[in-house]
Amino acid sequence: MQMSGAQMVIEAFIAEGVDTVFGYPGGAIMNVYDEIYKQDGFKHILNRHEQASIHAAEGYAKVSGKVGVAMITSGPGFTNAVTGLADAYMDSVPLVVVSGQVPMSLIGTDGFQEIDAIGISRPCTKHNYLVTDAADLPRVLKEAFYIARSGRPGPVHVDIPKDVTAQIAEFNYDIEIELETYKPHVKGNPRQIKKAMDAIAKAKRPLFYLGGGIINSNAADEVRDFVHKTGIPAVETFMARGVLSFDDSLLIGMLGMHGSYASNMAMSETDLVIGLGARFDDRVTGKLSEFAKNADVIHVDIDPASISKLVNADYPIVGDLKNVVTEMLLQIDKVDSDNYESWRETISNFAELHPLTYHEDTDRLKPQWVIERVGELLGDDANISTDVGQHQMWSAQFYPFSRPRQFISSGGLGTMGFGFPAAIGVKAADPKRTSINFTGDGSILMNVQELMTAVEKKIPVINIILNNNFLGMVRQWQTLFYDKRHSETDLSVQPDFVKLSEAFGGIGYRVKTKEEFDAALKDAVEKNVVAFIEVIVERMENVMPMVPSGGSLFNMMLLEKKETK
Amino acid sequence: MTESSERRVVSVIVVNEASVLSRITNLFSGRGYNITSLTVAPVPDSKYSRLTIVTSGSVRVIEQITKQLHKLIPVLRVYEHTDIVEKEMALVKFPISENITDIDTLCQAYNGKIVNVGENVIITMIADEPARVENFLKAIKRYNPKEIVRGGAVALER
Repeated sequence: MQMSGAQMVIEAFIAEGVDTVFGYPGGAIMNVYDEIYKQDGFKHILNRHEQASIHAAEGYAKVSGKVGVAMITSGPGFTNAVTGLADAYMDSVPLVVVSGQVPMSLIGTDGFQEIDAIGISRPCTKHNYLVTDAADLPRVLKEAFYIARSGRPGPVHVDIPKDVTAQIAEFNYDIEIELETYKPHVKGNPRQIKKAMDAIAKAKRPLFYLGGGIINSNAADEVRDFVHKTGIPAVETFMARGVLSFDDSLLIGMLGMHGSYASNMAMSETDLVIGLGARFDDRVTGKLSEFAKNADVIHVDIDPASISKLVNADYPIVGDLKNVVTEMLLQIDKVDSDNYESWRETISNFAELHPLTYHEDTDRLKPQWVIERVGELLGDDANISTDVGQHQMWSAQFYPFSRPRQFISSGGLGTMGFGFPAAIGVKAADPKRTSINFTGDGSILMNVQELMTAVEKKIPVINIILNNNFLGMVRQWQTLFYDKRHSETDLSVQPDFVKLSEAFGGIGYRVKTKEEFDAALKDAVEKNVVAFIEVIVERMENVMPMVPSGGSLFNMMLLEKKETK
Repeated sequence: MTESSERRVVSVIVVNEASVLSRITNLFSGRGYNITSLTVAPVPDSKYSRLTIVTSGSVRVIEQITKQLHKLIPVLRVYEHTDIVEKEMALVKFPISENITDIDTLCQAYNGKIVNVGENVIITMIADEPARVENFLKAIKRYNPKEIVRGGAVALER
């Protein structure tokens, strides 16, 4: 069928089953927005900043497992979106981002709102395209969706000059994708799988090291099965929260810089690391030369470049986790769960020695209490987004996650301003569940304009602002490592968050006590509208325990011992 | 890390499409890898081009380079060579006043010859292993070369 490039974008989205597009119009993308106006195949959510559009698409993708879609214009529209692209790239989030570009005749002339978009997006996307002929669009868009969701997922950027969106060409989406140079390895090598299973059977102190790849490959059920049938204890990375339920007896906790003492000690004492879809990030390993020093390493990952990048893998297996773990489960009889009894005991002793906890020793509310309390009240019924900083670490530590895709956060890039727009995307994809965004008084202001988006589209996100009048995480490092010189981190001067929310048409609460908090949360959930709950929390609370940057996992700064809460 | 760094030749077969070269060079600069030399030319009768990259790094870095290259969508194959025939070409311009017989003899010793003699200059070419090209360039210093162009290494597995 003959149609314009702009119509092709719409038709391709519909053919891909896209139901929601996040975006912001502008000059170079107007032809496509004109077609959006005319269609009813999907809904468009107008964010109030392009960065937020990408984060919203990320939230949508992370919670649903589908490809998130965003649309932006050229020049500043695109450059605003770069942070989002980089964020999605670091966390392997499948996105297709379409941007407008100046007409072909103006490319290279420093035209109005012209920037070399694919030049900029190259290092922060899985792949990108500049489409120079509308006849290429069906193939390019089909490839873009395929590349975004297959293999190690990631964002794909498609830049389309304005004249190409006006150009008429043949549209046929019913085409085979022929990418001779891109064939992700799905099936693991059977010999390597066998060797790995033999190694597990022989190990005395094996440890599962679970990563976000498990969630990306939808392999949480298989992994839970694997863990339970082997009786081998497990640690989760930040990105893997929810792979095992919080109450799983084999889950030790999160490891790394703000991991639990028991998790980090287990990693230091293990003789076999079973790494599944994790990438040995520096926030996880601490000092590399001391990381799991006495252990052999099994590493299963879809991305060969992640294997032996930082830690040498003795048993490398390239493949899709769901596939590989299913194969491994067929050889599960080799493994005798009883062999690890004393190892499990060692680990529970670690956990008893220094449990993950906090002290309620001040008049002000403790941020950790707030997170635990939301967990008690909403638990599985809520999807949890966060911004970046102390509140993010406390959320990862203290929220009772019970399922994969429940925890939506910016892990690799650590993007402040991620949480609110992501929570909008989460709610758009999963409207039945409450969408909570834990945020800080620093982070919330980085995309606070999304109040307008959420109010306009009636997307009732509840933002819980843990307000300590500080850029808390930086303040913590300044306190600990910069001799308490709190350079530019004191946020004593603040907006009235209640009025701020109200000014956009949302509701707001300021709470200082447990009773007030419970009442506010209950009210916000019942009213089902966009809300800010500002919680005045202890100012100087630190995220503990902590491995100082570059230190070894077994050398943690620990919470002072007091009679526990 | 104090792993020793060694010279390596990597050949990359890529789809011959817009901006593929910048994908490769961006990868090197973005991840802090070295490029000593780089040559590109189309592979005859195909939609592919072949890049020959001379790089250096520890074993781990070289492994990462090949893996990261392979991750790029338009990359078909990556060869990390060990047993190879490697050649590099160089063009050198000398003043006409220099001893043309000496220069010709030297060039011949390095698989080359005089390719152009003009009113003011002699232009020579050689093609030899990169290490021998280095030697040649040292040897000709006393003939006051005015301009030197090295072509970068190309290589084939034995």
